[in-house]
Amino acid sequence: MLDSSTQPIEVTGKAALSVRGLTVSLPKGMERAHAVQGISFDLLSGQILCIIGESGSGKSVTAHAVMGLLPQSIRVSEGSIRLGDTDILTAGSEKMRSLRGQSVSMIFQDPLSALNPLMTVGAQINEAMMAHGVGTPESRRIRTLELLAEVGLPDPPLMYRQYPFRLSGGQRQRVMIAMALAMEASILIADEPTTALDVTTQAQILKLIRDIQRRKGMSVMFITHDFGVVAEIADSVVVMEKGRIVEQGSADQVLRNPSHPYTQRLIAAVPHLTSEDRVPPENAGAGGAPLLRVENLVKTYRSGSKLFRSERVVKAVDGVSFDLSPGRTLGVVGESGSGKSSLGRLLVKLMESDSGKILFEGQDIAGLKEDDFRALRPKIQMIFQDPFASLNPRSTIGHSLTVGPVAHGVPYAKARADAQELLTHVGLDAGAFGRYPHEFSGGQRQRVGIARALMFRPRLLVADEAVSALDVSIQAQILQLLDQVQRETGVAMIFITHDLRVASQICDEIAVMQRGKIVECGPPSQIFLNPQSAYTRELVAAIPGEQPGA
Amino acid sequence: MLVFLLNRLWQSAILLVIVSIIGFTVLNMIPGGPLAQYALDPGMTQADLDRLAEQMGLNRPLPVQYLDWLLRMLQGDWGTSFRDGVPVLQVIQRHLFATLLLMGSSTAIAIAIGTWIGIRGATHRYSIFDYSATIGAMVALSIPTFWFGLVGIYVFSLRLGWVPAGNMYTIGNESVLNYLHHLILPSIVLSLVNVAVWSRYMRSATLDVINQDFVKTARAKGLTERRVLMKHVVGNALLPMITLAGMQLPSILGGALVTETVFTWPGMGRLFLDSLGYSDYPVVMGLLMFSAILTVLGNLIADIVVATVDPRIRVG
Repeated sequence: MLDSSTQPIEVTGKAALSVRGLTVSLPKGMERAHAVQGISFDLLSGQILCIIGESGSGKSVTAHAVMGLLPQSIRVSEGSIRLGDTDILTAGSEKMRSLRGQSVSMIFQDPLSALNPLMTVGAQINEAMMAHGVGTPESRRIRTLELLAEVGLPDPPLMYRQYPFRLSGGQRQRVMIAMALAMEASILIADEPTTALDVTTQAQILKLIRDIQRRKGMSVMFITHDFGVVAEIADSVVVMEKGRIVEQGSADQVLRNPSHPYTQRLIAAVPHLTSEDRVPPENAGAGGAPLLRVENLVKTYRSGSKLFRSERVVKAVDGVSFDLSPGRTLGVVGESGSGKSSLGRLLVKLMESDSGKILFEGQDIAGLKEDDFRALRPKIQMIFQDPFASLNPRSTIGHSLTVGPVAHGVPYAKARADAQELLTHVGLDAGAFGRYPHEFSGGQRQRVGIARALMFRPRLLVADEAVSALDVSIQAQILQLLDQVQRETGVAMIFITHDLRVASQICDEIAVMQRGKIVECGPPSQIFLNPQSAYTRELVAAIPGEQPGA
Repeated sequence: MLVFLLNRLWQSAILLVIVSIIGFTVLNMIPGGPLAQYALDPGMTQADLDRLAEQMGLNRPLPVQYLDWLLRMLQGDWGTSFRDGVPVLQVIQRHLFATLLLMGSSTAIAIAIGTWIGIRGATHRYSIFDYSATIGAMVALSIPTFWFGLVGIYVFSLRLGWVPAGNMYTIGNESVLNYLHHLILPSIVLSLVNVAVWSRYMRSATLDVINQDFVKTARAKGLTERRVLMKHVVGNALLPMITLAGMQLPSILGGALVTETVFTWPGMGRLFLDSLGYSDYPVVMGLLMFSAILTVLGNLIADIVVATVDPRIRVG
């Protein structure tokens, strides 16, 4: 936290951006009439203001209104947004265009889709200056190289010529930041810039934003749903719920003494590292034979061609071994590229392993042919990361749930009854059976995903980043549901995540993966309080808004 | 790239052989055959017919005929037309120009107008323009081309007398202007359907791109709306269209059966129809292989262009 945050915002600095009575209307027929309603706040010069709220709270709409980038169907109906002496809402489109990038710049949530795939990184940064008629092609090129160095990208001349798809998520977000800095804009709007990144990358990007903000005296409007991030970076906070501001004040004040129940709920929802180990479910088979035993599992990716000596070999999973007892949960934690998702795919045999054993109920399934394995498939089920992409948008929930069991010979009437019962069980009403995925929120869809996996009464669940795409407050509910399901059914679970906080909530044991190898394995208390490997210590330190063991 | 090309080449070769076997077999299953027209002549005896069959090599078993044809074709001898005794390749060459002229101009019209309509429909979604374009495309797609051709001839040639009703040029007047005058009506009629198809594809490709984050990034930089559209939206929206354009190649050179017949245009489409009527097997097989090769080639070129334009795709 910054020192200045202890001062109340009313007395410091002048406002770089001031929003008064802003109301943005939604088109008719939406779930509410206004995206945001009568909100007022100031972004003080040289400060970081966090706007926090769940999906649908209107925080992104507010950011887009400031940029003048609202979609055509959404209109500002009242209020003012003043940027220095200019009222953005009455400024003409040409005036707005010259403000964008020059006075206010913006970075987005998903750095993968925020860059044009057909243009080099350099050309895209260059273009930000060209848009405002600055410099010559050569001077812009030099400035672009400086910017690439400034945001900490290695080898700027090489980076200049790269296409976005060659860069990692963190590198792409650095490119976005370089682009936002190109015109030395005084205000930066960051719309959930770290939500799509893993924890260590998030920590690096947060640090970069904070460093640049301090160095250049920029004012930053930072949008997030995670109070952990707020604690890490904010000077002052605006809390939004359903289009209204429910609380605002200095970061210190809001974090320590939240006055509104909604704020209290959001803060309580932030998963904390627990150094207390989970009480295993009563039906957990401790001591007995493990349900799953993995021995020396190896998967190597090859790309390029041996013939032309351009072959690249990546060991995604490199000699992984562990045991898992019924009713227990093993967390697999690591950064992107650590091989944790590959491991998950090997276990459900969406991918074949190169060598090693996967003993499921004593039988080695690693070498089984698809035809022989099919009978076992119902016993090993998967919950996917993206609840939006993992349900067929053209099938009803009921169809998605019953199609699997019916294919395995369960009569439709029974499958239907099971599905309706499970839907109630995961906290949806049975009427959900006949509805389509788009009618549900992200959290509800993930409940559907869990119900779908449970249709087979599996012995093992593999959850791959099952809560990563959800808001922090929804995450807590889903974790609770998974815990409840495990206590009732005694299913064993492999929980793959990049977020140590989440893992500590639900796992009996955590395996930390790095470059395809398990570098450390143990109960949460050991991982957090007494980490043995340097890599684990690094992961723990990267957690936003947290001192380990505190 | 080299590996990719070699792979594609041998795959294409196998594909072409399969196409030719199917074509050859089906063709010979059609009742009648090249001798049917002579059989009706009362002056022809069975002995005459047998002699003809032997001359044409039709008395041999089918597989032998096929292999003979295949080996000759590989050496560049595509056979000789039964109808006028001219080598098949020469017959094709004679009709290629007419088709190229007609299909080339109509495809150019279709792509230019279709792209424009598609982009505008997407940027002004649900506007009057968009609705009109959608309805227009449905009409153009649901009414057969020959109907447009006949109505066009009736209105613009017979009633108004603005353009000729058929043929590629007036005999005795082979000036460029005369060609163009004859070209107007058939190329417009032919492009109607293509404009409809192309604009629908372009509209949905543009809609796919227009809401993506990088377009928002481009606006956030302060780029002009024009540059956002031309550089960021259209560039990405055209990617899937390259494949579509590649599939147009065989039809550009293969001609349009119906339209060429309606307008008595001496192109490949009419040649195919006529040759089929005369059971002129060598020419029909030649045309079949010609369009099969073009289809393969068109797709290959499209793939190579996509790989060149899109840095994410590396063939290999």
